[in-house]
Amino acid sequence: MAKLVSALVAGLVFGFGLGLSHMVDPAKVLGFLDVAGAWDPSLILVMASATGVAGVAFWFVSYRTRPFFEKAFMLPTVKHIDVKLVGGAVLFGVGWGLVGFCPGPAIASFTYGDPSSLIFVVAMIVGFGLTKLIPDTPRAVPA
Amino acid sequence: MENFTPISALLGGAAIGIATAVLLFANGRVAGISGISSGLVFLPRGDSKWRVVFLGGLIGGALVHRVIFGWSEGITLDASWPLLVAGGLLVGFGTRLGGGCTSGHGVCGIGRFSMRSIVAVVTFMLAAGVTVYVVRHVVGG
Repeated sequence: MAKLVSALVAGLVFGFGLGLSHMVDPAKVLGFLDVAGAWDPSLILVMASATGVAGVAFWFVSYRTRPFFEKAFMLPTVKHIDVKLVGGAVLFGVGWGLVGFCPGPAIASFTYGDPSSLIFVVAMIVGFGLTKLIPDTPRAVPA
Repeated sequence: MENFTPISALLGGAAIGIATAVLLFANGRVAGISGISSGLVFLPRGDSKWRVVFLGGLIGGALVHRVIFGWSEGITLDASWPLLVAGGLLVGFGTRLGGGCTSGHGVCGIGRFSMRSIVAVVTFMLAAGVTVYVVRHVVGG
């Protein structure tokens, strides 16, 4: 139960932050990505602030052996830089630039009741599923 | 530099960072939205409740912001539906293939000084910037 309350609180604060920073608005994000237009650097400050706070949290958490409400930490262990990482990032970037939505803001934008949000998120979920068609190739570079 | 909103950007970013810290300390999880949402649909294990609650909170938190700071302030979503479908497919496929999005690789990955995430962030930022340039200034210009 406690872990559901903490997940809810984290979700609420995250969604509030997306609203407050206007990152939930594709026009705001595209204003950042459009360097050749009327450039709006707000997104870089959102990232800097969020990353700074998260960085402090990740530093402090290294002194803990387990989280409060779970048995163990479930943190990423993959370190390889490979074709999947870079290729995936390129495809994600193109999609992000076409619409101005990345996954968090797309879901949070349901708040505005625009059917376009739903179309995007349904397509995104189909996109998640399509990666299942790619066989798990052994990673080229050993650890 | 039109429409630059430094104060709300810094405060909103701090809230995102705090949310990341809560999920990390309490649940031991990285707050990567693409991973959390795709896991809800495609991971068969009994691990979905916290994902539902977190994503419900994500929508709820944006709603709370709207209630407090002005219902009339909307978002601008100009993309046609074929573009929405193409963008959604690319974002979904690309984030899963690359193992993260703006939150997982961006906020969390850079916060952990992960070189893998830094490479991903630089790559998707460049790809997005080039895409917007082509759409707005080459095709649309």
